[in-house]
Amino acid sequence: MNIAVAIDQIPQEALPSASEAGPAPKRIVVAFGFWIFLLSDIVMFAALFASYAVLVRSTAGGPTGAQLFNQTTVAIETACLLFSSYTCGLMSLAVNSRRYLRTYLGALITFALGAIFLGLEIREFLSMIAIGAAPQRSAFLSAFFTLVGCHGLHVALGLIWLTVMMVQVAVFGFAARVQHRLLCFSLFWHALDIVWVGVLTVVYLMGVSS
Amino acid sequence: MNFLGKLDWNAIPLHEPIIMGATGFMVLVVLVVLGFVTVKGAWPYLWREWLTSVDHKRIGAMYCILALVMMLRGFSDAIMIRSQQALAAGGAQGYLPPEHFNQIFSAHGTIMILFMAMPFVVGLMNFAVPLQLGVRDVAFPTLNSVSFWLTASGALLVNISLAVGEFSKATWWGYPPLSEMQYSPGVGVDYYLWSLQISGIGTLLAGINFVTTILKLRAPGMSYMRMPVFCWTALAANLLIVAAFPVLTATLAMLALDRYLGFHFFSLEGQGNQMLYSNLFWVWGHPEVYILILPAFGVFSEVMATFSGKPLFGYRSMVAATMTICVLSFLVWLHHFFTMGASANVNGFFGVMSMIIALPTGAKVFNWLFTMYGGRVRFSVPVLWSIGFIVTFVIGGMTGVLMAVPPADFQLHNSVFLVAHFHNVAIGGVVFGVMAGYNYWFPKAFGFKLDERWGRASFWCWFVGFYVAFMPLYVLGLMGMTRRMQHYDNLSWQPWLIAAAFGTAIILVGVVCQIVQLVVSIRHREELRDVTGDPWNARTLEWATASPPPAWNFAFQPKVAGLDAFWSSKSHAQATREEPAPPRNYEPVEMPKNSATGFVTAFFAVVIGFALIWHIWWLAGVGMFGAFVTLLAFSFRRHNEIEVPAEEIARFVRAHQAGVAA
Amino acid sequence: MRYGLLAVVLISAATLGGCEGVLDPKGPIALAERQILINALGIMLAIVIPVILATLGFAFWFRASNERARYRPDFTYSGRLELLVWSIPGMTVLLVGGVAWIGAHDLDPGRPISSTVKPVNVQVVSLDWKWLFIYPDEGIASVNKLVVPVGTPVSFELTSSSVMNSFFVPQLGSQIYTMSGMATRLHLQADHLGTYPGISAMFSGDGFPDMHFTVDAVTDDKFAQWVRQTRETGSVLDKQGYADLVKPSRAVAPFTYRGVAPDLFGSIVNAGMGTQDSHQDASLSVCSTSQRAER
Repeated sequence: MNIAVAIDQIPQEALPSASEAGPAPKRIVVAFGFWIFLLSDIVMFAALFASYAVLVRSTAGGPTGAQLFNQTTVAIETACLLFSSYTCGLMSLAVNSRRYLRTYLGALITFALGAIFLGLEIREFLSMIAIGAAPQRSAFLSAFFTLVGCHGLHVALGLIWLTVMMVQVAVFGFAARVQHRLLCFSLFWHALDIVWVGVLTVVYLMGVSS
Repeated sequence: MNFLGKLDWNAIPLHEPIIMGATGFMVLVVLVVLGFVTVKGAWPYLWREWLTSVDHKRIGAMYCILALVMMLRGFSDAIMIRSQQALAAGGAQGYLPPEHFNQIFSAHGTIMILFMAMPFVVGLMNFAVPLQLGVRDVAFPTLNSVSFWLTASGALLVNISLAVGEFSKATWWGYPPLSEMQYSPGVGVDYYLWSLQISGIGTLLAGINFVTTILKLRAPGMSYMRMPVFCWTALAANLLIVAAFPVLTATLAMLALDRYLGFHFFSLEGQGNQMLYSNLFWVWGHPEVYILILPAFGVFSEVMATFSGKPLFGYRSMVAATMTICVLSFLVWLHHFFTMGASANVNGFFGVMSMIIALPTGAKVFNWLFTMYGGRVRFSVPVLWSIGFIVTFVIGGMTGVLMAVPPADFQLHNSVFLVAHFHNVAIGGVVFGVMAGYNYWFPKAFGFKLDERWGRASFWCWFVGFYVAFMPLYVLGLMGMTRRMQHYDNLSWQPWLIAAAFGTAIILVGVVCQIVQLVVSIRHREELRDVTGDPWNARTLEWATASPPPAWNFAFQPKVAGLDAFWSSKSHAQATREEPAPPRNYEPVEMPKNSATGFVTAFFAVVIGFALIWHIWWLAGVGMFGAFVTLLAFSFRRHNEIEVPAEEIARFVRAHQAGVAA
Repeated sequence: MRYGLLAVVLISAATLGGCEGVLDPKGPIALAERQILINALGIMLAIVIPVILATLGFAFWFRASNERARYRPDFTYSGRLELLVWSIPGMTVLLVGGVAWIGAHDLDPGRPISSTVKPVNVQVVSLDWKWLFIYPDEGIASVNKLVVPVGTPVSFELTSSSVMNSFFVPQLGSQIYTMSGMATRLHLQADHLGTYPGISAMFSGDGFPDMHFTVDAVTDDKFAQWVRQTRETGSVLDKQGYADLVKPSRAVAPFTYRGVAPDLFGSIVNAGMGTQDSHQDASLSVCSTSQRAER
């Protein structure tokens, strides 16, 4: 936007302090706005975490977490997601250096790992439902499916977003706004990792230990 | 599986004359408006300049129009509540059966808070904040349009509930288990859920937009401590939106899962926990109160300073108070249910925390007082609302602190004393605030002032009407009357309730005066025209540009050297008798291009909401696909900006200067 | 200002004339609550009235047309005034906060009333849309009518069969929520003979406005007599009787049961928990607040 252009024309030494520097450039504005969105998303997860913590013992005579969780699956899921963050980082580097092939490759691996994560999670859900541990069984299971499912939904949306971004790279190349969006995507993807670490700790590790 | 889910002809309450009358009236008004637009051939203009506009000023104005329309709807609910209670004493049942009365008070609360007060304050922020910051638009203009239209979608769904189906009968809190499928099997709660969810997402996006705008887009030189107080209060309110609305989203989603898929978050079966909902709801609900009142405080600060002809007293103190309130508002939610049986320590803690909020608020009141001290107070309409606010708000604050004392709350909780209290702060604070803001910024938005005489009449009717309507409720609350009574046996309450109904009638006159004020002002707009751009001799940057401001707000980016930037530049010019700066070379300005994204997305949001309410799953799928494609199409748009040529800007500035000179 | 005064006048008029609710307390809890209301109101009026007067005074004196008022456009900050501005509300909050903290402990609904008289136990169940009062020690029950001996503390245990309600007898004191699946506690006492209205103070659906009951505060002899009479008439509240009673009904005239199935209240609470499993399962973290009151 014009504001970004206008600011570039102000000589830097004329600016006494950062807060008086005038409108920030577009890239900063976009990333900052997306950060605020991520914070709000994390607040939403916080509400779900709190509900889970309140309801974790309300099993209504049904199965508990310790009886249900399969540590191996969870370990693979975690590995996939954490490694996909690494490949997402590689993709960001490729975007910055404007290399198409590496960008596509990074995106592809990120997508594949995300998809494996999602597949494992869906399998876990289905196997739980098959043995009668459906979300309708107890308040604990409602909270479990909602918290973990909400994270999974975010991953799924992330995969769709990544696909759209690759099409945009193909159509527009590394235009400024495509770069901004890819920056936001990588922020999003890393934030999902952070949330997952919370899920892993609060749901799976603490669920098995208690 | 039914093709139309739960929807059939029985959904339309043909046997309810009151509802059908209201529906008929609503449809008639909509048809008249649409017909008028068609006859005037104004569709292209409307589409180009308003519906697809991403200009923050237009969006702000549309928010305010939405709020005013919804105020009429919410106010007619209020009239019905008060008249029903004035009638239904002893054996009498009044004219509203419980199933209708319960919908009315639920709708009244929901509408007034989320679809009247909320859009109004967001609208004022939308209009004024970028101008006050000296920038050309918000951080994300198209997102801004999406936010507005999502809010409008929520409001539309609430209004659809009048004609098709029913609205929630489970109060505006929607406490489970009453709001669970077991006790509310109808679609009412679903209307409540989806209209709040959709508008809530809109509000959240607006919050993100404004936090970013205020923190990252300010005119050069405008450090944080040079921002007008309204911007500070807007920042605080939007930080609260970002931190509180996701909790509402999560809470409503959980209730929806309970209702739609048989989950057990709050249900009686499956060991759900109903207290969890109360906690989560008020973790959002209490900050929400401050989301509404803080911008109103900002308006009063601007108005007091402007019309006293001196800077705001204790600016730093005001900023500190605002941010203190912002943080503290998250630490008081439990005072909404002291009577739930929490321990004395918990109740005592939240009681004391709630009182501590009165500390910064009290400091603000004193600062407004000292702003008038040594000033030259001009009693224009915005000032009347502001002084009316101080007088009314301290009474409301006092009764609020009273109810923060847990043992007092054990008596007054859920009584009409509480109803009187929150109307005392909501009307005396928020409504008076948005009315002050409406009268204050109207000339900036539309280029002519609002008629003073009708404005005064409206203020006095509201002011007097408020006291006549709500003081009796304080008394009734002390006499043990609880809220939400469709009828009651105690005949000694009736005189008080008749007085309250009479007060509502006085407020009605005030509302009528407002409408007349608007009509009269539009008809006399030539006499009321503001050519200078600064009709109030004001202090902040929004008055430095023309009224109405051009799409690009400022021909040049203003440079800010201190607080009250516009005032200091005016006094500087006066002191040095400087000629206006010589014409500079205008540069072309890039402005965001119009976009139908907001409007179309919101259309699909209504489709999704309606389909989910009536369990029409395929339609919900269509809606989601439509919304996705719309956003996708926007993301593939090649050019989001349009260049305004320098010549056009120069022409506008010349015309404006010619107007000022004449 | 006029209206502030009006409010005070109205409230005092109601205190002198109207005499209902907390303004006419009939027991120690309500009496203490009224005292707290008056104290807190008094502390705050001491600051609110001057503020309203100052607002109107400043606005009037510094009106633009008053040439005698001094225009001081640079009077924008004063350290002393800021101190004053923050300390006046600060002191008020300190005082009222003290009232709140002490009051929250003294009048905690879960705190038994100290008395030499042995308390009467009453178990309260809110139903759609009526109130069930079980006297576990006497083995009787009553619907929509609570009879208590005067001068004797009454110890309530409360729960709900369905949605949330709030048990409230304004003239005796505090209200408390009734919630399914858990029991809240409340202690009240009537010091004067008489009949007092009781209500649900939490909206609970279509029958809500008729969900009221009466409290008869009678002498010890009369109470004993009422218990005797009740034991002789009416039916027994067993599982079947309770299943019939639970069905939603409005504006139910008071009636009594001559007997009650043992631990009916406990089974209602348990049923509300949605599990037949062990009792400790209810140690939900939010729930614990009310359980703390229970202890």
